[in-house]
Parts: sequence; C-alpha cells; structure tokens
Amino acid sequence: MSKRVPIAEGLFTWPAERPALLGSRCNNCGIASFPVAESCMACSGQDVTIEELPSRGTLWTWTIQQFMPKSPYNSGETPETFRPYGVGYLELPGGVRVEGRLTENDPEKLHIGMEMDVVFDTWRTDSNGDEIIGFFFQPSN
Amino acid sequence: MDVAIIGIGIHPFGRTPARSGLQQGAYAARLALQDAGIEWRDIEFAFGGSASAGNADALGNELGLTGIPFINVANGCATGGSSLMTAYNAIRSGAHDIGLVAGFDKHDRGAFNADPKALGLGEWYGEMGLMMTTQFFAMKIQKYMHDHGISKDTLARVAHKAFINGSLNPNAWRRSPVALEEIASSTMVSDPLTKYMFCSPSEGGVALVLCRADKAKSYCARPVYLKSAVLKSRRYGSFEVFAPSQALQQVAGPTVDASRAAFEMAGVGPKDIDVSQLQDTESGAEIMHMAENGFCEHGEQEQLIQSGATQLGGSMPINTDGGCLANGEPIGASGLRQVYENVLQLRGAAGDHQVPGNPRLAYSHVYGAPGISAVTILQR
Repeated sequence: MSKRVPIAEGLFTWPAERPALLGSRCNNCGIASFPVAESCMACSGQDVTIEELPSRGTLWTWTIQQFMPKSPYNSGETPETFRPYGVGYLELPGGVRVEGRLTENDPEKLHIGMEMDVVFDTWRTDSNGDEIIGFFFQPSN
Repeated sequence: MDVAIIGIGIHPFGRTPARSGLQQGAYAARLALQDAGIEWRDIEFAFGGSASAGNADALGNELGLTGIPFINVANGCATGGSSLMTAYNAIRSGAHDIGLVAGFDKHDRGAFNADPKALGLGEWYGEMGLMMTTQFFAMKIQKYMHDHGISKDTLARVAHKAFINGSLNPNAWRRSPVALEEIASSTMVSDPLTKYMFCSPSEGGVALVLCRADKAKSYCARPVYLKSAVLKSRRYGSFEVFAPSQALQQVAGPTVDASRAAFEMAGVGPKDIDVSQLQDTESGAEIMHMAENGFCEHGEQEQLIQSGATQLGGSMPINTDGGCLANGEPIGASGLRQVYENVLQLRGAAGDHQVPGNPRLAYSHVYGAPGISAVTILQR
C-alpha cells in the first residue's frame, strides 16, 4: 500500500486538510525563519514558537534552472526526461522570503511582484511506491 | 609591522590532465620561491587550501619536509583570501618573518554539487534542486536588473571584456575573444545568464611569498605592500547563496562590510584604486560587486560598462587577467590568482594585459558560499 509522505518532517504540516509551511518565530525579536530552527539567526535567542506561514505571497526574484543538477538532486528524472524548472523566493507577508521551486518554467509567464500560492504536490515516487510530497509556488488565479 | 609580497607563482589555469591539483600547487610554490630568490627551507610557516584536490599541507611531500607549521584552510571561494589574511596577521603580530600562502584545485567538469549537510541544511534542499550556486547568482542579478535598470546587453559586455582580457593573458584558460552576439545568444543556463556569462569549475595553482616589510627590499627590488586583508561573513538580513529563506528587511552583504573595513584599514578610498579584481563567477556578479565594493552607485554600472570604463584602458579597469570568466574557478586558487594579477600590475609586469598609467593601488575581492567575502588592498 503506497503512502503519501512529506520530503522532510517538520517542513510543513502533514497530513493536513490545508497544509502549510512551518516557520519558527523568535519570541524575543519577532523575526521568523524557514525551515524551523531552534534558535534565532537575528538575535541568538533560543525562545522560539513554531507557526504556520502564510499560503500566498509575492515573487521577490526568480530564475529557470535549465540544466539537470548533479546529485544530491533526486527527482526520478533522467537527462532525457529532465524538464527545466523555475526557482524563486516568495515573500510571505509578515513572515519571511521562502525559496522554492515554481510550477511555472516559462520565463515569459514570470515576473517580479506577481502573486503566487504555496502548494503541496508529489515530488517523486519512491522505490517502494510511496509518493514523496514537496512544496511548490504556483501563480495565483 | 607592515607586510610585503616578495614572490609570486602561478600554474596556468584551465585543464592540465597530466598534473594533479597538488602538483599544480607545488609548481606555483616553486615559482614563487624562485621569484623571491629564496629556498623552501627559508619559509617559516605556510597556510593554504584546496576544495577538491587534497590537503594543502601535503605540499610538504612535494617541496620537502622542513617541520614548519602548515595550516590547511577551507573557506569556500574565500579560501585564498582567508589564507592570505591569516598569513598577514601572522607576520604583523611578529610571530614570523617570512611565509608562504598557496591555493590550488582540480574540479570535475560541470556545476558544483554542494552537500546540504555540510552547510547545516536539510537533504530535501538538495534533492529538490535548490542547492545550486548558479541559481543564487541568477536570482540576485535578476532582482538587481529589475531594481537598478541594468540591461541584458551589459551582462554580455562583462563576459565580452573578460574573454578579451583572457586572450591577452598567457596563464588564462579561455584565450579567445567571443563575439558579443554569441555571448548573448548562447544557451541559457539560468535566466538571465547564458553559458558564456558563467565561469566553470577548473584547475590551477597560485602561491605567494610574504615577509616583514622592513626586510622586503633585501629579497626583492620592487616589493608590493599588503595594506589591508579583511574577511567578513554574512550578517542577518543579507541575501546569500544556499539560503532556504531570507529576511524581509535586507541589509548590506559581507562584500560591503569587508570592503569598508579594508578601505579604512588601508587609509584610502575607492577613487584611489587604479586596478581591481572583483569576483566574477558570472557576469552579474562583477556588475553588482562594482557597487558593493564602493566603486560606483547602484545602477551606474550600466553607463560605466557601456562606455568601456572597466576595460584595460578605461578609468576603472576590472578583472584585467580575464577574471573567473576566462580563468575558470579552481576554488582554492581563485582568490590568490587575483592577488597574483594585482602584484603583476603594480610591478608593471603584466605584459599584454598591463593597465596603463603606472598603477599604484590595487584591489581584490572574493565572495563565497554561504556568504563570506575577502578583500585585499595592495600598494607598490
């Protein structure tokens, strides 16, 4: 029986009706970071609270990865099946700018400042049939 | 106690199948010793590093085992700058009179594949294809072009100049000029940067002999003095490579911090500098680093580069040996290559790639993962 498992524990809520990226917010200086960290990069504080990050933000910058990266890249693709992919930082209001893959890889359809949603989808299928779930940024409708 | 550079040596950059990285380092070290007119046994300490070609202290097996303290340095692209800064301090402190810094490397073809764990990141980051320096540089210049009005043509012109300078430098890897149109229309690697706008991992070695300034003239007719050597790491809020997230409020990066500290230490300003080597892992980096190092305001690069100011004969010559774009990047050697080039320029010995006007002050800058920068200022 195959399962749907997150690519890493604690990166986002899973399983959940409406999954969300998880960040940590410093209770001393108020700075948020992703992924969850035990201490604050800004003020060295060690008192942090884990919170769900917003699901919609604006694209701060982006590029298209046109060639297939070497290992540790692990997508199940081969050089023949590789498809270029977009990468960008999504500015989540009140939170942080999170780096992630984009669902769009056409440079004509991407521009700084566009609205995007955080979505969760199958990243690859493991050798035992499990679907590995990752997070992606998708242009908002 | 001031510090002087009295000997320089380089192994040509590029691909040398017949020599290991270590042998290329030893080749450079022997030339540097010869240039200083000394023997390996005269050296009191050595610092050095390589990322992919073994421990630098194995140079002792090549050069001779003399019992000196030899410290291996590993600091990404700033390995050379870090070795140099540490050697500078070792001499300034009075602990040693004369020492050697060496950097060499030999990388496989293709983009670097860094290990997320080594940087404290989750494996998911690499698995999903985010662990790529090329993406960071592309995203940084993409944002910079949007904010400061830099054109795609200007990106191409940086690479165009690099290959012209490389064609004039016998130690460079890329020795042929490439037409502007070919650079602009070559394969897109990571938008907006094309194949010719990125440097490639390569091979090479560089070594420098340093000594107390008051003893320099006994070795060398034209010593060059190290006026500052500074290394800084990132502060919270700077936009850096290998960052799964970054702050909403951006602050100046380690290049800005290292540059300011180096100018202050040397007691000079950007306008006093006659020739510069600025980290150009890709075209966009050179453009952004011009402003981050204080040589112009953000956005002024467009006019400066279009008017030829950064060319060999321009008012602000940059990357006069062809930079990383024409030399490739052997990580351990790259930062010291810049210093080697600056010493040549200040000696007036750079041959076909010599800048005119008898330069007096030279500047070098490297940037590396995960957000470090080293700057040196040399004076003849």
